[in-house]
Amino acid sequence: MGETQMTGAEALVEIMIEEGVEYVFGLPGGAAIPIYDALLGRNVKLILTRHEQGAVHMADGFARATGKVGVALVTSGPGATNTVTGLFTALMDSIPLVVICGQSPSFVLGLDAFQEADVSGITYPCVKHSYLVKEVADIPRVAREAFYLARSGRPGPVLIDMPKDISGKALLDMGKEEFHLPGYSVPSLGDAKAVAAAAAALKAARRPVLLVGHGAAISGAAREVRELVERMRIPAVSTLLGKGVLPESHELSLGMLGMHGTAYANKAMAACDLVMSVGSRFDDRIVGSYSDFCRGAVKIHVDIDPAELDKVVKVDVGIVGDAKAVLGQLLPLLERGDTEDWVRQVSRWRREYPLRYRKEGKVRAQHVIEELRALAGAGAVFSTDVGQHQMWAAQYVLTENSRNWISSGGAGTMGFGFPAAIGAQLGRPGERVIAIVGDGGFQMTLSELATLRNLGLPLKIVVINNHYLGMVRQWQSMFYDERYSGVDLEGNPDFARLAEAYGIKGYRITRPADVRRVLKAALEHEGPCLVDAEVEKHDNVFPMIPAGAPLEAMLLEPPRHKLEKPTGGT
Amino acid sequence: MDDPSGAARHSLSLFVSNKPGVLIRIALVFSRRGFNIDSLVVSPTQDPRYSRMNIVARGGRDTLEQILKQLNKLVDVIHARDYSYEDVIQKELALVKIDCPSERRAEAFQVMEAFKARTIDLAESTLAVEVTGSSEKLDAFETLLRPFGIRDIVRSGKLLMARGEKTT
Repeated sequence: MGETQMTGAEALVEIMIEEGVEYVFGLPGGAAIPIYDALLGRNVKLILTRHEQGAVHMADGFARATGKVGVALVTSGPGATNTVTGLFTALMDSIPLVVICGQSPSFVLGLDAFQEADVSGITYPCVKHSYLVKEVADIPRVAREAFYLARSGRPGPVLIDMPKDISGKALLDMGKEEFHLPGYSVPSLGDAKAVAAAAAALKAARRPVLLVGHGAAISGAAREVRELVERMRIPAVSTLLGKGVLPESHELSLGMLGMHGTAYANKAMAACDLVMSVGSRFDDRIVGSYSDFCRGAVKIHVDIDPAELDKVVKVDVGIVGDAKAVLGQLLPLLERGDTEDWVRQVSRWRREYPLRYRKEGKVRAQHVIEELRALAGAGAVFSTDVGQHQMWAAQYVLTENSRNWISSGGAGTMGFGFPAAIGAQLGRPGERVIAIVGDGGFQMTLSELATLRNLGLPLKIVVINNHYLGMVRQWQSMFYDERYSGVDLEGNPDFARLAEAYGIKGYRITRPADVRRVLKAALEHEGPCLVDAEVEKHDNVFPMIPAGAPLEAMLLEPPRHKLEKPTGGT
Repeated sequence: MDDPSGAARHSLSLFVSNKPGVLIRIALVFSRRGFNIDSLVVSPTQDPRYSRMNIVARGGRDTLEQILKQLNKLVDVIHARDYSYEDVIQKELALVKIDCPSERRAEAFQVMEAFKARTIDLAESTLAVEVTGSSEKLDAFETLLRPFGIRDIVRSGKLLMARGEKTT
C-alpha cells in the first residue's frame, strides 16, 4: 500500500467494499465531507436522504429485507442526534446496522465547537456497541469490528464516531482482518442436557404451542421450525416480527399472538400445557401479564442472548444458542407425542373465532389491506408504520417468508415504515414492495418522497388515512371515556396531491367500490405511487387484550360497558 | 447487609477492557434499572489492556441477575460476577479526620488500637487516621469516632479478591 497512500476516510470506504456494502444512506455535513469525498467514484452507491432519521430507517429496511448489514453515514451534531430514533429502533428489533457519524476534529472535542455533540454519550443506550475513533491507524480494525459486531450473535446497530481530522489523515497500513474482542462471544449450539430436557418435555406435552419470534427469522431457522411443527404436530403462533418464519398459510400456523393477535392464537396460549419460544423475548405486547402468562404450562426458551432468559418470564428449560443450531440439535431427539385432540381443538377455535370486520358503510382499513394483500400476492414485501394500520396489516397480510414483513416492533417507531420500504426496495430490486402507513406516522418522514422520486423505485405507498392518531384515539375511546386529547389530525394535506407535487403518481380511495380498482391500478403503475385511502375514522382494532391483562381478558369486539384503565402496562 | 428498603447490598467484581466509555456503559446498566451504586473502584491490573472494577450496589436480587447479564453482554466487559455470597478476601481503606483536642487523644488512641488504625496526621485540634478492614469493620469504627466529631471521611470502596488458586 505504501506508494498508494490513502486517507482514513478512504480506508473506511475500502472496508465497506470488503464487507460487500452496496448502499450507504445519509446526508452530509461539514464533519462528514472527507468520507463523502472518499465515496466518489467507488463502487458503493450513496443514497442521499432528506433527513438522517430517514437514512437510518432506510438502512434498517434494507437490512431487514436482505439480512445484510445496513449502513448510514451522517454528519456531526444534529446529523448524529437525528439518528437516535433509528438506532433505538434497530436495537430493539436486533437489526444489523453500521452508522457512521462525522465528528468535529478531535482537538476541539469537549470545547462546544460548532456542531459538536457528545455523540457517544447520547447514543450509549441505543447501540450494541460504539466507537470514537482517535487514531487513523485504528480505522480499519474499528470498521471491521463494527460490521462483525453488527451482524453476529444477536445483531444490532454499531456506531462509529469519526472526527474530521482523523478521517482526513493519511494511513499507511490497512492491517489484517483479525481483531481482538475478548469480552464478546457468539453462542451457537445449546447445552445438550437442556436440549434433551426440551425434547422430553415436548414428547410429554398434550397441548404444546411453538412461539416463533424474530430470532428464528434472523438465524434463518424457517426449515427447522417447519420440520418441528410438522413432525410433532405443534400449532405455532408468532410474534409481530416472527411473522412468516412458518408460512402463515400453513395449517398449523395460528398467526400472531398478543395484544392484537388472533383470538385462536391467544386461546391456544391460554390453554396450552407447554410453550416453546424460539427467538422471542416474551415482550409485554405478547405476554400481557407476566405472572399469568401460560400459567401451569411448561416453558422452554431458546434465545441467543443469555440476558433474555428469565428476564421477564421464568422458564423451566432455558437454552442459550442460535435458533437454527439449537433446533438442529433438537430435531433428531424428537419423538412424536399425542397432540391430535389439541390440533382439532385449535382448528375449532380458528373456525369459531375468525378475524372479521364490518364491511358496510365507509371504506374499512381492513378491507383495503386484505384486498391489497390479495392483489399483490404472496411474494410481495410489506413494510408498515406503527399504529392501528400496523396491527390490521399484521392480521390481514398473511406472510409466507419473514423477509417479506418489515415493521418496527419493540420501539414502535412512527415514521419508520415508508423510509424502511425504500431501503427494502433497494435491497430487493425487481420485487414488489409496498409500504402501508398511517396518516400520522407518514407525516413524520414523508420528506423522503423526494428520495423516492429521485431513485424512481416502483414502491407503492398506501396511506390508511383516518385523520386520527388512531391507536391513541382507540385507547381514549375505550379507557378514557372518549375524552380525545391530541389525536385529531385536522390539517392533513391531500396526500395524493402532495405525492404529485413530488412527481409521484397519486391515487385516492374514498368509497368501498374504489378499493379493488384503485389498488389494482396502483400496483400496475410502473413507477412509485401513493394511494390515499380515506377510511372509517372510528374503527378500533380487535381482538384486543388490554395492556398488562392476562390473555384470557381478550376482547373480540367493542365492549358494551366501560373498561378500567390498564394499569399493568402501556 | 440489607438496608431498610429491603434492597440487598451486592459486591461485584468486573474485569473490563481499558477503553474510554466503558465506565459510562457500565454505569448506565445500573442507573436504567434503578440501582444505587454505593462504591466503585476502578484500578489497573497486571495487564495494561484491562482494568478491574469493584462495585457495591443496592437493589433487588432479580434485578441484579439481569444487571449481571447485561454487564456481561457489554463488548468491553470480559466478565462480571457477584461475590456477595462467596467467601472472598474483602478490604476497604478509610481515612478519617476527627476533632481531637489533646485532652481527648488517649481516648481516641484507645479506639484506634482496637481497630488497628494508624495516625497519619496529628494537629493541635484534629487527628487523621487510617484504617483498613472489611466494610462492616469500617462502619463500626466510624460509629465509635462519631462522638469526637468527624470532620472528613474518605473511603476507598470495597476491594475484593478470590481466595487461593481462583482468579477473581
